[in-house]
Amino acid sequence: MASESAAVASHNAHAHPGYGEVRHHFESYEQQKDASTIGMWVFLLTEIMFFGGMFMAYFVYRQWYPTAFASASLKTNLWLGAFNTTVLICSSLTMAMAVHSASLGKRLLLVGFLIATLVLGGAFLGVKAYEYHDKWEHHEIPGEHFECEGCADAGHTPLFFALYFGMTGLHASHMIIGFGILVVLIWQAYKGKFSAKWYTPIELFGLYWHFVDVVWIFLFPLLYLIDRSGQGGLH
Amino acid sequence: MITATATEKETKNYLNAEHGLKSWLLTQDHKRIAILYLIAVSVFFMVGGLMAVLIRLELATPAGDLLDSNTYNKVFTMHGVVMIFFFLIPSIPAILGNFLLPLMIGAKDLAFPRINLLSWYVYMLGGLFGVFVLITGGVDTGWTFYTPFSTTYSNGYVVMTAMAAFINGFSSILTGLNFIVTVHRMRAPGLTWFRLPLFVWAHYATSVIMILGTPVIAVTLFLLMLERGLHIGFFDPAYGGDPVLFQHLFWFYSHPAVYIMILPSMGVVSEVISTFCSKKPFGYTFIAFSSLAIAVFGFLVWGHHLYVSSQSAYAGMVFSILSYIVAIPSAVKVFNWAATMYKGNVRLETPMLYALGFIGLFTIGGLTGLFLAAMGLDVHLTDTYFVVAHFHYVMVGGAVMGYLAGLHFWWPKMFGRMYPQAWSKIAAGLTFVGFNLTFFPQFILGYLGMPRRYHVYPPEFQVFNVLSSAGASILGLGFLIPGIYFFWSLKNGEPAGPNPWGATGLEWQTASPPPTENFPITPVVTAEAYDYTEILSANAKEVTHVG
Repeated sequence: MASESAAVASHNAHAHPGYGEVRHHFESYEQQKDASTIGMWVFLLTEIMFFGGMFMAYFVYRQWYPTAFASASLKTNLWLGAFNTTVLICSSLTMAMAVHSASLGKRLLLVGFLIATLVLGGAFLGVKAYEYHDKWEHHEIPGEHFECEGCADAGHTPLFFALYFGMTGLHASHMIIGFGILVVLIWQAYKGKFSAKWYTPIELFGLYWHFVDVVWIFLFPLLYLIDRSGQGGLH
Repeated sequence: MITATATEKETKNYLNAEHGLKSWLLTQDHKRIAILYLIAVSVFFMVGGLMAVLIRLELATPAGDLLDSNTYNKVFTMHGVVMIFFFLIPSIPAILGNFLLPLMIGAKDLAFPRINLLSWYVYMLGGLFGVFVLITGGVDTGWTFYTPFSTTYSNGYVVMTAMAAFINGFSSILTGLNFIVTVHRMRAPGLTWFRLPLFVWAHYATSVIMILGTPVIAVTLFLLMLERGLHIGFFDPAYGGDPVLFQHLFWFYSHPAVYIMILPSMGVVSEVISTFCSKKPFGYTFIAFSSLAIAVFGFLVWGHHLYVSSQSAYAGMVFSILSYIVAIPSAVKVFNWAATMYKGNVRLETPMLYALGFIGLFTIGGLTGLFLAAMGLDVHLTDTYFVVAHFHYVMVGGAVMGYLAGLHFWWPKMFGRMYPQAWSKIAAGLTFVGFNLTFFPQFILGYLGMPRRYHVYPPEFQVFNVLSSAGASILGLGFLIPGIYFFWSLKNGEPAGPNPWGATGLEWQTASPPPTENFPITPVVTAEAYDYTEILSANAKEVTHVG
C-alpha cells in the first residue's frame, strides 16, 4: 500500500532507505508487505465469488438448454475471441516481465513493459467493443428487438446472450478499472517511485491483472467454443 | 503526536487528539471510524425502529385502519432492508470490532486504515440510496427481492433499493478483508492464535463469511438490476429463466448473513461472561473452533429457505440434515457459557444481564430454528408469524442483545465514562421483558396460521397482536433509555479508569479512552488469554487491606 500521508508516518523511527515508507501502524517493512499481499489475495477470493454467481447461472441454464446454448454460441465471432485470448495472454506475459523488471530495479524497462500491457489491454477492449457493436447490429442483444437467426431452440437463446453480456461485461469492467490503474502506475514508475527493494503496487497489480486474464481463459471456451465441432452442444 | 510532552500525553486520547469536523471525516484512526459507524448505524436503527412502530401500530387492530396495503408492504420492506443491511450486519463488526480488534491484538491500527475509512464512506453512499428510496416512495418487494415480483410487477424503486444493498455490501467486504489481514499480520509479539480473545475468533469467522458470501449477493443484485432495468431476463420464465435460481443465489449469501449478525454477538458474550465470572471460558478451543464451524456449515444450509419453492425433496432432506448440524457448534457455545458460569462468582453487572438475556433468547431462537429446519413442519409454518418470531429471537434477542451487552461492556473503554448503573439495569430488564412480550405471542400466532406480511387479519388473532404491540412499546422504551444515558454519560458519567470491570485482555491495559496510537509501547504477550490470577489476587489484597 503506497501512501500519500507522509506526515503521519514521518514520526516513525524505522525508516528504510529505498523501501518506500513504512506506515505508522506497521512494525517493519516485511509486515507491511505481507499485509498488502494477503489483502490482495483475499480480495481476489472475493472476486472469484463475485464472478462465481454468474458462472453458477451459466452452468444451470446450459445444462437445461444445451441446444439453445450451442447454437447461440455459434453467433459469437470465433476469430475475434481467439485473437483477444492471445492478446490477453500476451498482456499477462508483459505484466509478468514488468514485475520482473521492477524487481531488478530497471525503471525504463518497467515503464516499457507496463506500456506494452496497457496497449494490449486497450486492444482487447477495442476488439470487445467492436464485437458488442456487431451484436447490436445483428439484434443479438436480449430485449424487444432480439432475434437469433437460424438458431435452434431460439426461445431460450436470450438467456445465453444475457449471460454473454453479463459475464463479458463484468470482465470488461474489470479490464477498464485495470486500465485506469495501469495509467497511474506507469506515471509513478516513470517518476521513479519504485525501486528493486520496493515495488509492492506493481506486484499486487500484477496479481489482479493475471486474475482478470484467468477469468477470460474460462469465459472464452464457455461462451465461444460450445459447439464448434457442430455436434450439438453437450453431446 | 510523538512530540507531545509526557504530561500532555497522559490526557491526550483519540477523542481530543484533534478537533474539528475534518479531523473526523478524514480520520484513519480505527477508533474514530468506529465512532463514525456508531453514529450512522444508530441513525439507521432509529429509522428501522420507526418502521417497526408503524407495523405494530397497524397490527394492533384486525382491520387495516392506519396504513393501506401498499404502504404497509413498503413499511415492512424498509424495516427489513434497513435493519438487516444497515443495522445488524455492520453493528458489532464495524463499531465494536473496528474499535477493539487492534486493541485486543496489541496493534496500532487495522492493517489498512484508509480502506477502513473507505468502507464507512461506501456504507454512507449505500445509505444515501436507501434514504432516497425511503423519501421518494419506497419499495414493496420485502427485503428478499424475490423475482419475478421484483423484476416485473413491483411498482417501487427496486433498482435503487438493490443498489443500496449492493453498495453497502462492498463496505462489509472491505471490513472483512481488513479484519482477516489484521488478525493474520498485526498481532503483538507473543500473541499466538490460541491466546487470542474469543471476540477476535468470532470476528475472524464473521470476516470469512463476509468475504465469501457478500460478493455473491452483490452479483445476484447486479443481475436483478440488469433484469429490471434493461429487461434482459436472467430469471425470467418467458425465456426459460428460473426465479428459483434467484432464491438459491440470494440465500447462498443471506443465510450465512444471519451468522454475520450472530457470530460477533457470540464473541461479545464470551468476553462478558468470562469477565463477570472472573474465569477462563470453559472449553476455550471449542468456542473458538465452533465459530469457524458455524462459518463453514452456515454456507451449506441455504436450501432450508426453499422447502416450498419447488426444490426437490431429496435436496430438502440434505439441507434439513445440514441445518441440524449447524445447531451443534451453536449449542457447543451455549453449553460452554453455562459451564463457565457454573460455580463461578457471577457478578450481575449490566453487560452480564444483557449477556444472560442473550443466552436465553438465542436458545429459544435457535431451537425454533430446528423446528423450521424440519421439512414437514416447515411446510406448515412457512411464511407465518412463527418464522417472524424465530428470526427476531435470533436477530433481536441474539444479535441486538449481544450488541447492547458489548456496548455497555466497552462503553467505559470507548469514552472513558461510566453510565448510571441503576438505569442501565432497568433498561436491560425492560428490553428482556418487552422483547419476550413482543415476540413470544408471534410464535403462537404463527402456529395458529397467521401469515406474515399481511396487515389485515381475522379478529380471533387480535389478542396476541395486542400483546405483541404492547410488548413492542416496552421494548422501544428499553432501547430509548440507553440512548439517553449513554448520551448523558459522555459529559456527566463517572470517569471509568482503564479497567472498570476487572477484565483481562490487552484493551483493558491501556487508558480509557485509549490514546491515538493505542499503546505507548507495543505490548508483548506472555500468557494465555483470560488469566485472572493477577486480578483476583489484587482484589484479595484490597480486601485484606480494608479488613
